[in-house]
Amino acid sequence: MKVLLRATFVIAGIALSACTSAERFNNDGTGGAGTGTASGIAGGAQDPTSPLFFQQSIGDRVLFEVDQSTLTPDSQFVLNGQADWLNSNPEYTAILEGHADEQGTREYNLALGARRANAVLGHLVSKGVSADRMRVISYGKERPLEICSDETCYSKNRRAVTVLSAAPSS
Amino acid sequence: MRKWIQCLTAFAILFAAPTLTMAQEREGPLRIEITEGVIEPLPYAIPDMVAETAQSEDLARQISRVIAADLSGTGLFREIPRNAHIARVTNFSSPVQFADWKAINAQALITGGVSVDGSGRLVVRFRLHDVFAGEDIGDGLQLVGTTDGWRRIAHKVADQVYSRLTGEDPYFDSRVVFVAETGPKNARQKQIGIMDYDGENVVYLTGSNSIVLAPRFSPSGNNLLYTSFESGFPKIYLLNIGNLSQQELRTPQGEMSFSPRFGPDGQTVVYSLTSGGNTDLYALNIANGQGQRLTAAPSIETAPSFSPDGSRIVFESDRSGSPQLYIMSSKGGDAQRISFGQGRYGTPVWSPRGDLIAFTKQSKGRFHIGVMRTDGSEERLLTASFLDEGPTWSPNGRVIMFTRETQGAGGRAALHSVDITGRNLRQVPTNTGASDPSWSPLLQ
Repeated sequence: MKVLLRATFVIAGIALSACTSAERFNNDGTGGAGTGTASGIAGGAQDPTSPLFFQQSIGDRVLFEVDQSTLTPDSQFVLNGQADWLNSNPEYTAILEGHADEQGTREYNLALGARRANAVLGHLVSKGVSADRMRVISYGKERPLEICSDETCYSKNRRAVTVLSAAPSS
Repeated sequence: MRKWIQCLTAFAILFAAPTLTMAQEREGPLRIEITEGVIEPLPYAIPDMVAETAQSEDLARQISRVIAADLSGTGLFREIPRNAHIARVTNFSSPVQFADWKAINAQALITGGVSVDGSGRLVVRFRLHDVFAGEDIGDGLQLVGTTDGWRRIAHKVADQVYSRLTGEDPYFDSRVVFVAETGPKNARQKQIGIMDYDGENVVYLTGSNSIVLAPRFSPSGNNLLYTSFESGFPKIYLLNIGNLSQQELRTPQGEMSFSPRFGPDGQTVVYSLTSGGNTDLYALNIANGQGQRLTAAPSIETAPSFSPDGSRIVFESDRSGSPQLYIMSSKGGDAQRISFGQGRYGTPVWSPRGDLIAFTKQSKGRFHIGVMRTDGSEERLLTASFLDEGPTWSPNGRVIMFTRETQGAGGRAALHSVDITGRNLRQVPTNTGASDPSWSPLLQ
């Protein structure tokens, strides 16, 4: 058992030093999505080429009905704006995060989040954004934005968030 | 750890007590029939085991207490408090004063002796007595291990008592892997932990820098499969519990792989792979790397679990429009729906006995853990709460452990267990929040 404990510290140490760029996206998108820009990206909310403008003026997220991954007309309007922005700012890449509310099992919600993120991907591609610039990820119910247990929170948690990064997609 | 296990198997020997061969006078042995449902727990007494060497007094008391906790924790047995005992056991080899134990209505009596031998090994001997018949139940047994491993020896004694009194296979000498949870609900930190089935001896197997989900034991209990976001995206990893070496499962291209589970051969893994937003079931032989796609539907197929003989898989799919349970051959092909009640069904897990499927059910805003026969009949809901999910079976198929999460902003996950009769719901004590339990096979 002592051996096991010592080995655990080693693993933890490795995990600490192995921070990928994808994880940085996650932190931006899941901790306080919509409240700040990715590090190293310049420009204020008034600058239409800025990620802040993307987040606040265009809208970086769309919401879904219970169990659904269908894009509403409102969502399609937001995504059209996202597509225009991405087409005008080709130096950015995006992670499309799919999320679910806490109603439902962990596995099902992961799969549901992937459906939602892919619905966004499909729409953005249909508006001319290259699929190479985007990558989808599902968080299922692991990263709720709002933490109460009723529909006021659930409706905000059933979301797909487009998280920008200036980093080259390698 | 491994060294100690070898010691245990090498030195666990039966010693036949000479008084055991007397003919039984009652109609049958003292036996508690749990298949028919027990309303009155069987009263038993366990005086502190006799410390036979100077250093063994604390161990003798602690071992006795763990045995009692195991037995009483099943809800099938009720310990008679030690302050009600009349007789004192000061010598393990002396004849038992059955009249004194009858007087306090102890049906079963456990006596034992604990010593630490010259080379520092812990030696535990015990006997189980049928008080009213005035005879022993089964042979006396001696277990030898390290003093550090005293809890396992206690669990092994309790397993013997449980099996002799119920006729069921034992389960106390087992472990549980789970996800330890800390931090607020919207930034929860998760790491994989392993502990004894009763929540003791927790060791963490991963760091908490990435989200980790749903660890699953291999049939040997030596390896785990789990899902981690450590690459930035959900992927399945295989972890060796002994040396903590870890490797990513080589799956086909996709956005994510998750929900893995071992087959009974310990080599075949079934899991979900998501590609283009669509989640299907796949199989992978981790010995030769050969893979196979099992389903190809536009619906969500996830949470697969093998039948104990490996021939079939039960899984969750929303092909009918809502999540329901289906069974198909482990080679894929047509699937038969087995859940037809009102509500949504998920996370089916085949019982190690093969006869039942445990599942999560969501109905009218509540979550339940339930069981049904493999043809979907005789559905019974065992629990109800704001959020119960993710059942796992005890090695003997008698008890189900699962995650229960409380409601609201301060919601916290904890492990609970329940007998398959629906009785004896208990929280498994953990220092942190805890979710996604997977119960090991009985330790070797």
